[in-house]
Amino acid sequence: MHSNAYTFGFAAIICAVCGIVVAGSAVSLKDRQDANVRLDKQKKVLSVAGLLTDDEDVTPDEVQKRFTGNIQIKVVDLKTGGYATEVDATTFDQSKASKDPARSAVAPKNKAKVLRLPNRATVYHVVKDGELVMLVLPVEGKGLWSTLYGYLALEKDGNTIAGLTFYQHGETPGLGGEVDNEKWKALWKGRKAFKDGKPFIKVIKGQAGPVAEAPYEVDGLSGATLTARGVTNLIQFWLGGNGFGPYLNKMKSLAKMKGA
Amino acid sequence: MAAKTKEILLDPLFTNNPIALQVLGVCSALAVTTKMETSVVMALAVIAVTALSNLSISAIRNYIPSSIRIIVQLTIIASLVIVTDQVLKAFMYDVSKQLSVFVGLIITNCIVMGRAEAFAMQNPPMASLFDGIGNGMGYGLVLLVVGFFRELFGSGRLFGAQVFSLASEGGWYTPNGLMVLAPSAFFLIATFIWVLRTYKPEQVEED
Repeated sequence: MHSNAYTFGFAAIICAVCGIVVAGSAVSLKDRQDANVRLDKQKKVLSVAGLLTDDEDVTPDEVQKRFTGNIQIKVVDLKTGGYATEVDATTFDQSKASKDPARSAVAPKNKAKVLRLPNRATVYHVVKDGELVMLVLPVEGKGLWSTLYGYLALEKDGNTIAGLTFYQHGETPGLGGEVDNEKWKALWKGRKAFKDGKPFIKVIKGQAGPVAEAPYEVDGLSGATLTARGVTNLIQFWLGGNGFGPYLNKMKSLAKMKGA
Repeated sequence: MAAKTKEILLDPLFTNNPIALQVLGVCSALAVTTKMETSVVMALAVIAVTALSNLSISAIRNYIPSSIRIIVQLTIIASLVIVTDQVLKAFMYDVSKQLSVFVGLIITNCIVMGRAEAFAMQNPPMASLFDGIGNGMGYGLVLLVVGFFRELFGSGRLFGAQVFSLASEGGWYTPNGLMVLAPSAFFLIATFIWVLRTYKPEQVEED
């Protein structure tokens, strides 16, 4: 038998050693992990904008180069739809802002089950030869099991969908997880997001057919009705009045003025 | 000694497989085996944790007060699992994203704790290290077998590469949706145990 003092002393030493090991690994690997997260997001933004294909094997430097060469990060005030120039867009973290009571609010009840809505949100401008060609908007919302986080890319008219991709979700692989399927994601391209000023795009059951026949509908995913419904809800939410609606309206009238 | 080491290392593969004979650690075997890639990484993570936890617990086994030995074992295992998770996040970000919480749940994997308590507490560090690696491999073997069938029949792929051409893309194979869901892993593990016990009838339990 050991004395009580020995037992306590032993426990203290074990705790200290384990604590140092855990803290040491967490701190020393943090930079690398953060870089991974950043790189992953940049990759997804590039891929939804069609500047990077999923099976392309690129070095982190190349990703960085393409990102800085083609993408401008902007921060938008969701209520007014104007740019929030007072915030530094490169360091703005939307998910942190959504958790900060000073910079976010409880979201109105919505089908996408978004609980908190940040006052400001990030948008990415895809720029070619100094001209805006595409908008990439972050979207999130509940699927069946998990919250899906992704990006929706719109052409500069603010209506034609250029792409959709999710960078984080926990849906069933093979069923709801098929939201990552290249072929399914490709179906979104060219469809229209709005009808009469309202978000109208949706995932239906069964097949929607080519863009010309069904501009507002996308094929369903078999065995993943609830995930598909979640995708519809989250996209309609973020395109709507509580999401990027005001911003997109501004962009649309701007595009009209330019066109006229 | 060499023969004994080999026995400690290889016995857990078929003769004394932690999943097939002892039926331990089944829950994570259901969750991460939809793809080969995640199965392999999960297997490596478990091997690393069982090996290192066995090694470090065995090294201090004579000093651990028996009244707090379980909590000491758990503290060491939990620390190792967190370190493993951090390493995966830093060096294999994509896979770690898919494994999500299941790396963290290695802490609750009965195999790790079971080997620490049953083997490492009584045996010297080197033997314990091999026992840890062996049991990790025994677990990994089942994961790979299950992952192989689930990925192949569930999505027609292996390691993400298309093996069967899918009907939805103009090929001949219609994926079996059951295979990507957790229950299929139950059937596959049961089949694995059945095959193993037919081949080694001494593993069959008496009624």
